[in-house]
Amino acid sequence: MIEITSNKIDREKVLGAVAHLEGGAICTFIGTVRSKTADKKVLRLEYECYEPMAIQEIQKIIDFAKVKWPVLAVAVSHRVGTLQLGDEAVVLAVSTPHRKESFEACQFMIDTLKQTVPIWKKEIFEGGEEWVSAHP
Amino acid sequence: MELKIKTFGAARDMMGGKEVVIKINGTNVCDLRKTLVATYPALADLRSLLIAVNQQYAEDSQQLKETDEIALIPPVSGG
Repeated sequence: MIEITSNKIDREKVLGAVAHLEGGAICTFIGTVRSKTADKKVLRLEYECYEPMAIQEIQKIIDFAKVKWPVLAVAVSHRVGTLQLGDEAVVLAVSTPHRKESFEACQFMIDTLKQTVPIWKKEIFEGGEEWVSAHP
Repeated sequence: MELKIKTFGAARDMMGGKEVVIKINGTNVCDLRKTLVATYPALADLRSLLIAVNQQYAEDSQQLKETDEIALIPPVSGG
């Protein structure tokens, strides 16, 4: 399951999508909006996405993980639009037969998502705003 | 060749529009990149600027057609 949504992420749906009878481990990653970046106080985040390409790039990451680990199922939901402090921006779940590969595949997928998937966030903080990572 | 370019994030702010039309001399991604930076010098300040053609990351040598779906991908920051 891959989903880009402007609504609150349904965690139970993401977890339910990776339920698998051969699975002995489900590892999840939840990315949330934190209140500070460096010394700045964050007020909210605005996410945008090039959706058709983002879905394809997420699928590539899943396909790669399936080659590298015995992955049974993966589900990813990424939120777009305006997010408030504490909101969940991404929920990723993976099921595998054992926990070690579950942790490894989960970390690989979220790390790669942050590097390759065309999704952008702008931090709105007190006294300004900035697209994250845009400038050197 | 006239190309329609989708823009996102910091690149969209620099170019002042969600979709811009640009005329390029040349036929490949490298030619497009040169024209973009000449037209919108602020783009050169980005940490990176990838170009996607038909929803796939493209190499500089890739040939372009006017019918291609082209998008500028400034540094991504999902998650």
